[in-house]
Amino acid sequence: MAERERRLTRPYGGVFVARSQVMDVDDIHRALRRMSHEILERNHGLDDVVLIGLQTGGVQLAHALASTLEEIEEIDDTEDGVPVGTLDVALYRDDIGIRPVLPEEVTAIPVDLDGRVVVLVDDVLFTGRTIRAALDAVIDFGRPRIVQLAVMVDRGHRELPIRPDFVGKNLPTRRDELVDVTMQGVELGELQKS
Amino acid sequence: MTARLRNAATPVDTSRHLLSVGDLDRDQIAELLDLTDTFVEVGQRSIPKVPALRGRTVVSLFFEDSTRTRLSFDTAAKRLSADTMSFGVSSSSVNKGESVRDTIETIEAMGIDAVIVRHSSSGVPAQIARWTDAVVVNAGDGWHQHPTQALLDAYTARSHLGDLEGRSIAIVGDVKHSRVARSNIEMFTALGAHVTLVAPPTLLPPDTTAWDVSVSHELDPVLPRIDVCYLLRMQSERMTEALIPTLREYTAGFGLTSERADRLGAEALIMHPGPMNRGVEIASEVAERPNAVITEQVANGVAVRMAVLFLLLGSGRHLTQVHEEAS
Repeated sequence: MAERERRLTRPYGGVFVARSQVMDVDDIHRALRRMSHEILERNHGLDDVVLIGLQTGGVQLAHALASTLEEIEEIDDTEDGVPVGTLDVALYRDDIGIRPVLPEEVTAIPVDLDGRVVVLVDDVLFTGRTIRAALDAVIDFGRPRIVQLAVMVDRGHRELPIRPDFVGKNLPTRRDELVDVTMQGVELGELQKS
Repeated sequence: MTARLRNAATPVDTSRHLLSVGDLDRDQIAELLDLTDTFVEVGQRSIPKVPALRGRTVVSLFFEDSTRTRLSFDTAAKRLSADTMSFGVSSSSVNKGESVRDTIETIEAMGIDAVIVRHSSSGVPAQIARWTDAVVVNAGDGWHQHPTQALLDAYTARSHLGDLEGRSIAIVGDVKHSRVARSNIEMFTALGAHVTLVAPPTLLPPDTTAWDVSVSHELDPVLPRIDVCYLLRMQSERMTEALIPTLREYTAGFGLTSERADRLGAEALIMHPGPMNRGVEIASEVAERPNAVITEQVANGVAVRMAVLFLLLGSGRHLTQVHEEAS
């Protein structure tokens, strides 16, 4: 999410120009599969697990992780699957008033989070500020037993003491580069000022 | 420019304030209504509060009585974690003869970010916007405007009917003295709805040609073809001006009685800005019908005002403009 906002927002605004593909569509699926196994291993199954995708980049990944988890655990359509929520952290950001911030999508948390295992899902982990905001937001919805973090790409440059539990790919980057994650792959590139 | 040097000729930067529906274009209205969805969801949480406007101070400056609008803005500001100050004329130095300008400058000196203004004279919020660096939100001025009411009405109608383009909306009652009517006419027509004003000639402005509306002096023929029946409050203080013979006669011609409400389409909404005069413009039973969305309007009012305050104070919208100007 942090990535997307920086892309849309002045003075960061401009057009994303891809330089190289870092993961292709198969890599994404392999990473999702491995991360799903890691989530199951860490939590000894799916009891109490809730996935929360951060708007907007993490939502598709959260749904993809949920269906992979259900596939591995052989949960069919007749049973309750893994609950998936979505969270827009704009109203919890620490840069409100410093640069333009607007909520994009409605937050939807389908279950009570008290005592649950919450797995936050985002596309790119960068400064950690989005996750800081997400932690504050989640706690307003209840008191989870544990909160874990799954990201497709960890690109470094943390500004807060936050670390991911499940990572698709560790990708060393320069600060001024951009990482674009879709279900089709991951591209590294630059922002071309418009 | 220091505040003291500003005078009536200073143009008001309408993008920083919310003074009139006319200052918003269709895209801006759509953006505000979309943003309201987010705040409706916040209101449904077990802790209906977000830290978005922490450290900001919002002042309600009400020179005219109000319960619902003042409480609604107050709730909206508190749900955004802003600090709120309230100013009622009866308990203030205005009673000692302090001018509006001195009042606003005194309050501004305490450090404020937004002023919510209601005044019985049209144009006071715009005038205050010239005198202060704070964001000004018009909460009703004279017969002129009440923009957040129009936004919450549009939001409520849209949540039931979808896009208002091509929808037919009747605004019934004392259009002449109503800022709600003026704001809603501009709002609904901006969103592409057909607006019909329904009132006796004495309760209509002398000239309505500036608006893209039709006018009817009878309610009955209008009822079957409208999607929204928007009733205005019959202000009994107008009785002294002899604009209508009696309230009973008004009810007979223009009140939404049970019989009239039956002739509305099954999906048609009944709306009222409150406070209602049950038995005058609306029959008590009609106000309780499932298609009367009057309490929903009040609930949506808080969310709409959160969207307005966040957009003006928190979104950094003016930052975007600053960057655009710089580049």
